Amino acid sequence: MTPYEQWVALLTLMRKEIRRYTRIWSQTLLPSAITMSLYFLIFGSLIGSRIGEMGGVSYMEFVVPGLIMMAIVTNSYANVVSSFFGSKFNDSIEELLVSPTPNHIILLGFVSGGVSRGMLVAVIVTIVSSLFVELHIHSYAVVIAVVALTSILFSLCGLINAVFANTFDDIAIVPTFVLTPLTYLGGVFYSLELLPDFWATVSQANPLVYVVNAFRFGVLGVSDVSVGFAFAMIGAFTLVAYLYAAHLLRTGRRLRT
Amino acid sequence: MILSLEGAHVSEPPMARQGRISVPSEVGRDWLHYAAVAKYPPGLGSMSHALEIEGLEKVYANGLQALKGIDLRVAQGDFFALLGPNGAGKSTTIGVICSLVNKTAGNVRVNGVDIDEDFPRAKRHLGVVPQEFNFNVFESVEDILIHQAGYYGIPLKVARERIDTYLAKLGLTDKRHTRARMLSGGMKRRLMIARALIHEPSVLILDEPTAGVDIEMRRSLYDFLRETNEAGTTIILTTHYLEEAESLCRNIAIINNGEIVTNTSIKNLLRELRREIFILDSRQALPETLALDGFELTRIDDYCLEVQIEQGQDLAELMSQLHGQNISILSMRNRENRLEQMFVSLLEQTS
Repeated sequence: MTPYEQWVALLTLMRKEIRRYTRIWSQTLLPSAITMSLYFLIFGSLIGSRIGEMGGVSYMEFVVPGLIMMAIVTNSYANVVSSFFGSKFNDSIEELLVSPTPNHIILLGFVSGGVSRGMLVAVIVTIVSSLFVELHIHSYAVVIAVVALTSILFSLCGLINAVFANTFDDIAIVPTFVLTPLTYLGGVFYSLELLPDFWATVSQANPLVYVVNAFRFGVLGVSDVSVGFAFAMIGAFTLVAYLYAAHLLRTGRRLRT
Repeated sequence: MILSLEGAHVSEPPMARQGRISVPSEVGRDWLHYAAVAKYPPGLGSMSHALEIEGLEKVYANGLQALKGIDLRVAQGDFFALLGPNGAGKSTTIGVICSLVNKTAGNVRVNGVDIDEDFPRAKRHLGVVPQEFNFNVFESVEDILIHQAGYYGIPLKVARERIDTYLAKLGLTDKRHTRARMLSGGMKRRLMIARALIHEPSVLILDEPTAGVDIEMRRSLYDFLRETNEAGTTIILTTHYLEEAESLCRNIAIINNGEIVTNTSIKNLLRELRREIFILDSRQALPETLALDGFELTRIDDYCLEVQIEQGQDLAELMSQLHGQNISILSMRNRENRLEQMFVSLLEQTS
């Protein structure tokens, strides 16, 4: 395909993906707004007012970046895993497989769908959070970079999950038993300084720690880990996920017999 | 350069009746064919073959050897039938050609383009209509076609023009904004044909295209496929309806247990048939005992007779003998589908 044709194919996939999640907005966009409002209200406003400061800022300010990032992670992942597995389930993935669309465009198309939903939800949750706390962005560059990288990373993870999934249960297992615990243990609600040394060290293996702290640095200017190191880790995780997802599409594992 | 279809729009009655397929204008089809060939020229392989398969083998992960080194050639412009019982290897063969199945060994060339060397270019030449519905039923007819066009690099504006054309040709214009799940089985089948043609392929592969389609729609579909073939598109179809292959196709391959049993023209295949059974309807009541010299007869009822004709026997001689016994024949028909007879006989020989 010529570069222009590849661009058309990419736009087509993006259009398809965006139309999919906007068509079912009550299942894809609304729940995050409601869930995060409850988090802000309960953990930030009601309980947070009794906790006082954390990491040098009010507890409400502390949890907001983590909650926004939690919404980005879950929505990017959920979008790609649902869409790709859905295509596998109803065999419409064959429309793509029989076409000359290159694998990297297929990958970029699905990932851009996940990234756009993650970012849209981030905007919605940020607007909701502004009802509870006034945020002053410390570094727009860091915020944009970490949001982009994180949504790419978890979109890729969603695609890998969808490739291996055989049933709808398989696409719920990872978010429930892996993603949610990692998010809760990734420093969304507490500073790693509160943990005993052993558990603080164990937490270093959790990619969500880097994602949440890098984003918190971008918003508040405070972080439990070095921001440079956090970016290096997110970048490394993203590269590995991209290479593995590209390998899966190239070999056609679970897609071609 | 983007392939523009402006000026190539095929004129169709604006109110194409639902359930009828109108036939593409030959001029329009030729233009599309030449434009597509100019943009995506054939490869360096044999220029005269739309499809060449050499020593194709497929062993599935469970050890099942679905294809045992098949060789097949389909000439450009041919109307070709691939027949075989369930599990013979038809769908596996099609799957390899369109990249849904990874081959174990062998070569496949589409319009001379080797799929191992440049699969994306080979895919350009191919349109595939699978047996099972494989679209997102929650999308509208238009969206399904726009997406498929986009996957071939066809921009939205051009895609919309082609959608106008193909929905009209296939009698789906009024279903443009209908979600696919609301379509009847026949409409879904036509949608898949429109989808396969949206990038103007020079080779169209149809896997059981008339499964679940009513008789009127089947005939319209036959006309559509004949005209599409006459306009230059090579058509390869698999079917269980053997009369479909006999009435549509010029050449045929029969596949059984992963091997090509025969690959010849329909005419040659039927010529090999040694004996045919005809049913004759008489004007007069037939005598209780009737015997004809050299012909094996069975009296079915007072007005109906079954005659076995061996290869080389003369029908005029049969009629002459009947006339000699004051029996005039009103009508005459084959008892069985001839191709079906041949098909069963070939499968029995190979198994």
